[in-house]
Amino acid sequence: MSVDVQQLEGRKAMMGLIRRDLKLAFRTPGQSLNPVVFYLMVASLFPLGIAPERETLSQLAGGIVWIGALLAVLLSLDSLFKGDNDDGSLDQLLLSPHPLPLLVLGKVIAHWLTTGVALIVMAPVLALMLHLPERAFPALMASLLLGTPLMSLAGGIGAALTVRVQRSGVLITLLSLPLYIPVLIFGTGAVQSAVDGMGYAGHLLWLGAFLVMGLCLAPIAIAAALRIVVDG
Amino acid sequence: MIWYADIRKTMNWTFFHKLGSPKWFYEISGKWLPWLAILAALMMVTGLTWGLLFTPPDYLQGNSYRIIFLHVPTAFLASAIYVSMAIAGAVTLIWRIKLADMALKSMAPIGTSFCFLALITGAIWGKPTWGTWWVWDARLTSMLILLFLYFGVIALRGAIRSANTQARACAILTLVGVVNIPIIKFSVQWWNTLHQGSTLKLTEKPSMAPEMLWPLLISIAAFYLFFTVALIIRMRTEILDRERRTKWVRNAVEAGARS
Repeated sequence: MSVDVQQLEGRKAMMGLIRRDLKLAFRTPGQSLNPVVFYLMVASLFPLGIAPERETLSQLAGGIVWIGALLAVLLSLDSLFKGDNDDGSLDQLLLSPHPLPLLVLGKVIAHWLTTGVALIVMAPVLALMLHLPERAFPALMASLLLGTPLMSLAGGIGAALTVRVQRSGVLITLLSLPLYIPVLIFGTGAVQSAVDGMGYAGHLLWLGAFLVMGLCLAPIAIAAALRIVVDG
Repeated sequence: MIWYADIRKTMNWTFFHKLGSPKWFYEISGKWLPWLAILAALMMVTGLTWGLLFTPPDYLQGNSYRIIFLHVPTAFLASAIYVSMAIAGAVTLIWRIKLADMALKSMAPIGTSFCFLALITGAIWGKPTWGTWWVWDARLTSMLILLFLYFGVIALRGAIRSANTQARACAILTLVGVVNIPIIKFSVQWWNTLHQGSTLKLTEKPSMAPEMLWPLLISIAAFYLFFTVALIIRMRTEILDRERRTKWVRNAVEAGARS
């Protein structure tokens, strides 16, 4: 088989994997909506815990929406490879002749489409409820659009390393959090700059750069982690 | 990995594999250990007594600055040990040398302790100097995240059963972490400078009087030596544990029991 054909087959396999994961997610809507419900709950705790005043909340809104999204992604990471591990399809994935980094990239893309996109759709609603100034909405949406796929990619490493660990929730959080901190800093930085009426393109460019780096490196790390943890 | 095969052919790697043999390491480190321990103790006593008792007080901070002789060496080691762990991780993944993983495993708790000590001594120093235990300064924050990285490596090892999987999973994690460290450093600096002006400049090295610098340098060297001694002791225990089924370990243990 020539290299081109192999690449084409790999891409086809990746698309097939994405379609399959999306189908699975749509068939269990209750489970797929969990992160979104969690997102809504976390965000509504902040006004209760801090203050309901408009002025206070509008200063904090960007951070709350971002932290909520981050926690929701963390919560959803557990299911990234666990289901496939439980029913044995993860072993099939590892046995497949297609390049594993490409396949796990498909898994991560499907994860982002089912959680990240839902969080992005939810974000403006929460931002409205928290009185985020209107001028900061574009920054919020753009930073989440770049940040959530990055969180899916980086979190995938922790999810892969803990796929064979029982009750891995806290462990995934511990492994993924250091990777999420730069994302959080630049994401909330963009929103805060917009609130203060300053330019936020710099933050977005950095997030974009991190996303490109994540797209290149994370699938390789995830694939290596899966091979190590599953094959032993 | 063609390049690797080429390197292997062109270079003589026997010393490297000898270095990777637990038995060889156990024997040679047993000879070094007492000398290293004596040297570490001597330098620790010299550096710390000189620093804590005989250096002049600082014109601005008085005597409170003396914690520098503990704080700076621990902070140095906290980062240096993580990088060493990543190197050990790379060696584990590339050459599958067991000794590298034993080093990685043994370094993790030592590095965690130093990171914790650096944070604690920093907080104790911060109280009289800045009037607060904790500041969300770029350096403090990145140190705290480094502590999380250490916790992650230890927790991951604890969660996996097979020793072989442990070794390579932790190696991957430390490598990911070491790529992440400069990004974290850079981003917390960015975040800090965006939010608050330069109220505290920890990043600039104070030009130091030689009578303070010398004991500091000795303390740093002493802490490095102490780390080496602690690492060797831990690794020797680890070697005995993992190689307990081999003949040489049984012989060594029997010889030890007899004497």
